[in-house]
Amino acid sequence: MKTKSHFAFFDEGSKKEIRRSILKAIAIPGYQVPFASREMPIARGWGTGGLQITLSIIGKNDVLKVIDQGADESVNAVSIKKLVQSTTGVELVERTQEASIIQSRHRIPEVPLTPEQILVLQVPEPEPLRRVEKSAYKTKILHSENDYSGAWLMLFEQIMKYGRTATGADHPVYVNNRYVMAPSPIPRYDNPKMHQSEALILLGAGREKKIYAIPPYTDVESLAFDDYPFAVETFTGKSCHLCGAEDVFLDELVDPATNETIYQCNDTSYCIERLNKKEEVEVETSHA
Amino acid sequence: MGYVAVKGGTKAIDASIERLTFERLKNQEIIEIETIMATMKSLIDQIMSESSLYSPYLAALAIKQAEGSMEEAVFLMRAHRSTLPRLYYSQAVESETMLVERRISASFKDIPGGQILGATKDYTHRLLDFELLEEDPAENEAWLSNYQKASEAVKASDELEFFPKVVDYLREEGLFENYERDNTDPVDITKQSIAFPASRSARLQVLTRGQTGAVTALGYASLRGYGQVHPTVGEVRVGSLPIYVAHPNEGEQDEEDAFYIGEIQVTEVESFVPVTKKNDANEQELEFEIGYGICYGQNETKAIAMSILDQCLEHPESSFPTHDEEFVLLHIDSVEATGFISHLKLPHYVTFQSKLDSIRNVKKGGHTDEN
Repeated sequence: MKTKSHFAFFDEGSKKEIRRSILKAIAIPGYQVPFASREMPIARGWGTGGLQITLSIIGKNDVLKVIDQGADESVNAVSIKKLVQSTTGVELVERTQEASIIQSRHRIPEVPLTPEQILVLQVPEPEPLRRVEKSAYKTKILHSENDYSGAWLMLFEQIMKYGRTATGADHPVYVNNRYVMAPSPIPRYDNPKMHQSEALILLGAGREKKIYAIPPYTDVESLAFDDYPFAVETFTGKSCHLCGAEDVFLDELVDPATNETIYQCNDTSYCIERLNKKEEVEVETSHA
Repeated sequence: MGYVAVKGGTKAIDASIERLTFERLKNQEIIEIETIMATMKSLIDQIMSESSLYSPYLAALAIKQAEGSMEEAVFLMRAHRSTLPRLYYSQAVESETMLVERRISASFKDIPGGQILGATKDYTHRLLDFELLEEDPAENEAWLSNYQKASEAVKASDELEFFPKVVDYLREEGLFENYERDNTDPVDITKQSIAFPASRSARLQVLTRGQTGAVTALGYASLRGYGQVHPTVGEVRVGSLPIYVAHPNEGEQDEEDAFYIGEIQVTEVESFVPVTKKNDANEQELEFEIGYGICYGQNETKAIAMSILDQCLEHPESSFPTHDEEFVLLHIDSVEATGFISHLKLPHYVTFQSKLDSIRNVKKGGHTDEN
């Protein structure tokens, strides 16, 4: 007995059902739409929500880019890419501009996205209120009653304890002035990229069985107080040791030769493209 | 450059998968699917139950591919399940029609129909049997033919007998509340994500596909101290149930037209839990409630633990975590639990950098302007 898998893994009925959830999510920005999340050939918690979205919207002409923590070559990104390609045969790219679908874990690419692109974010915990309320039944009521005092109190308590807000990644956002939403564990640095994004942003949580969305040109505001404004991670005075970029999210590394702290673009394809351009210029000038 | 953790992912993965293949093949022994099916029924039963896919053949393949890892085999089966279109629902089956292989009650010395031990490890002594190191096929054959000869001497009854449920006997005495038959279609937790408060049908589905160890642990916690639900096992039965599917296109359904599509072996448990209730005169009165457990194959520990948890979840007013349906139902699934635990192996350096930035700023001190 041998079986061949269907185009994009799922049967068409499953894809249709997931697309219906996506449409509902787009119609209610920031609202978590429950869906019948399938078990996937990759593990729960390893991007099955994003993967289910990608597989249900992908067509033969799509061009796919997958990144994990900013890197195209990260092992799990490679694993996801392989699965999608082996079941669809679509073209894979690393250059952000060339992709029609970008599936990402915990980063939004540095290159601004366009209306022709869809960003699919993998979500471990879709509920922004989970830290303050463990029950899914109760958080659903809090959302419906627009009661976000828990989220505000969390920030307020941080200010009381530490003198400032101390969120890491996954800093909660207000979407379309209605729903408080977990932007997935992207760094705070990426939160502003969601505001008025030209690209459609779809977020999928496989294990928690939720899909939500930010349609293009939607207001997305990070939660903050007037006197304690929202702040992104700072890399002032630091730059990428490879391409020299300054206004990007940087990884902190230790140079094994000198034991000094060095910095490098987190977005690997962005860095490589800058390096290539530099080289082009050098080649052109040296031959001129 | 030293930092290569995220470079060369493709090559690293290929090499790792090759290494995995090597580890599986290096000892040059091949286990046949038929061997697994013939000798590892308990493992197959658990996998079918946790993956909610009844196919001993595919479960055996999963065991072979997973090299005996339970969580991996269940994972493979669940992922395969996602590729299968779901075309029909089977008809409701009355478990009285079970062809019983084993059936015991702890509540009574004797029960109508009798206690039937069937095949059980319960009364074996758990001593490693070194004889099994060298089994002789000829000896096994001789044993089998003797056994069969002895069985032939037992005369089978001419009529098919179904065993009455132990609970029916007590129900006649009014010791159990009589409930109206509820024929609402059950929800399908694989077709819509579970919402809370969950219906009983949803709860039972999650429990029956729960990881055996997780269901057992929570059931044990309740029994031991966290709620102290101490049931008496009214009946444990193991046997086969016939499964029918209605004709998909006939408007008028006739029971006789339903298609028989095969049988499944299940373990079914009804536990009796004593509870105090107030009667009409506002007096405390002792009554019994039933906890229900069922799962694919023969897995009595899981089915009994499930029956405890079923009864617990009927009483959300209790403050023990085993009575909190979100606590129980959201954490016992094998694929979800093992997946999320194992995701911690993924790189987290962006999120860590973000937290690091936050902590450094806090350490730098107080109310500096964050911009």
